[in-house]
Amino acid sequence: MTRALTIHSATPGVSIQDMGRAGYLAQGLSRGGAADLLAMAEGAALLGQPDTCAALELAGGAVALSASDDMRIALTGADMRATLDGAPLVWGASHALPAGARLDISPLRGGFGTLHLAGGLVPTVTMGARSAHLAAGLGRAVQASDVIPVGADTGHRTGLRLPENPLDTTLRLVPSLQTRLFGTDTLDRLEHTAFTKDARGNRMGQRLVPDGDGFATAEGLSILSETIVPGDVQITGDGMPYVLLSECQTTGGYPRIGTVLPCDLPKLLRAGPGTAFTMRFVPLEDGVALERAEATRRASLSRLLQPLLRDPREIPDLLRYQLVSGVTAGDDLDQRPQRGAA
Amino acid sequence: MASDQTTLTDLPNAVQTGFPTIRTVGVDGFLVSFAGALDERANRAALAFRAALERESWPGVAECATSLVSAFLRFDLAACDHDALRARLETLLASRNWYDAPLPEGRRLWRVPVVFGGDHGPQLAEAAELAGQSEGDAIATLCAQPVRVQTIGFAPGQPYLGQLPENWDIPRQTGLTPHVPEGALVVAIRQLIVFSVGTPTGWRHIGQTGLRLFRPEAEDPFLLRPGDEVLFHPADDLDRLRAARDGGAVAEALT
Repeated sequence: MTRALTIHSATPGVSIQDMGRAGYLAQGLSRGGAADLLAMAEGAALLGQPDTCAALELAGGAVALSASDDMRIALTGADMRATLDGAPLVWGASHALPAGARLDISPLRGGFGTLHLAGGLVPTVTMGARSAHLAAGLGRAVQASDVIPVGADTGHRTGLRLPENPLDTTLRLVPSLQTRLFGTDTLDRLEHTAFTKDARGNRMGQRLVPDGDGFATAEGLSILSETIVPGDVQITGDGMPYVLLSECQTTGGYPRIGTVLPCDLPKLLRAGPGTAFTMRFVPLEDGVALERAEATRRASLSRLLQPLLRDPREIPDLLRYQLVSGVTAGDDLDQRPQRGAA
Repeated sequence: MASDQTTLTDLPNAVQTGFPTIRTVGVDGFLVSFAGALDERANRAALAFRAALERESWPGVAECATSLVSAFLRFDLAACDHDALRARLETLLASRNWYDAPLPEGRRLWRVPVVFGGDHGPQLAEAAELAGQSEGDAIATLCAQPVRVQTIGFAPGQPYLGQLPENWDIPRQTGLTPHVPEGALVVAIRQLIVFSVGTPTGWRHIGQTGLRLFRPEAEDPFLLRPGDEVLFHPADDLDRLRAARDGGAVAEALT
């Protein structure tokens, strides 16, 4: 029998994502794929597999599912509430998902979380990728009673975590095609404005609400439609900034005031609505250096893996732990009463 | 934060008067623009330059595309850098007169029925007024001449069509229309678009076609290609158009 997940329930923001489809930009199809590329790297490190394995992206959504076989999972991205047959699981770690056990994941503060399966999700490849491109109507969101095939897994390690990696709330921008249209006064004001992450956001873009006036330009309503890239901060006619994400349009006529560095997008994606952000321009050469450094760090994440539970032989007071159920005394994991690897 | 003022005045991608220009896009892209406004020769130059980029296939180049008067190139920061790639782009630009390039081969003329106005084009009257025409004259103008697919973009398979007469140089609206359906015909800045997906938009919704421009399940998922021409004609039964093959549109080869 094929290894598979059965979805018991899913809210609209749940979809299968991989690295997307490069090469269709000229036909108007943006690359799409996972919004949070750091999450893909973290899941890959936790499960010891390539970051190209398709995963379940939870864009502020909730999902309940079970597996046909014993499987391994990893939970990355925005902190979410996860339980295995009712027992809490640590976020940011790898775990066993026994056959038939019920995994429930629901949002805590909001933001994009990711559920990775060892072996990856392997639905049919369409136009070169397994990911759904919701904005393009290519594939669809995951729904209740979907059965999603899971690839073969040769690994066996679970109970691993990555060190805490707190993300700040400064979005660093490089100048974009229309940055100049806004004028230095407006650009200066942008850097001195607090922005609140709006509840309105999806895989196409995230609205940010400025504390104060918007950033409209009269000229901006009649500019030529021009190439757009993920991270572009588009200013719509009413002056509201939208940070465009992986399913963004490929061209657009609203001016972009700058482009958020790709390595800063996880900050925005993992935050809950109501989080305050600032924007700061960096020179292109600095942006390139930051991006390269982060790519190097992402590629070496597996070196940072730590055991989620300490080896019992190294723990002096074993009696504090209920080893049979795997539920801990509650104070060994950052004071979070959560269950580790089964 | 204020320390970046020098950055902003030294932008490498300032709006320039001389074309072609090479500007950066985001942290890993270049845009080669052949004009600052929609222009027939610049459109052909962009298509030809992008085709040349595909032929060159420089190492580290991840993807190329065209927009209306520009060619875009995205590269892998691990494999190349801005200086080297900019030098290559300059050399390629200088290698010929791109504005003389012919239109792509294999172009087609599509005759496309449209239901104008009413519920299927609620902003027809508003758009016609901005263009200084009655609704009837507006429809006649928009159906009088073929418009060319100048680029495919925004959404999959979605054509930017032009160029309309000068009185149709109307701005986008300041707010977004929350949703127009797949197949909607919208207008702004001397261009028409048929939307390939349901979407919010700042363009004015004047009519509805039965076209499905993106068909992911098909061998060739994209109906239209840059260089194709589209001649619209009024129709009145949208359900029939939607039920018909290719939304009732018929194509013939252009020679």
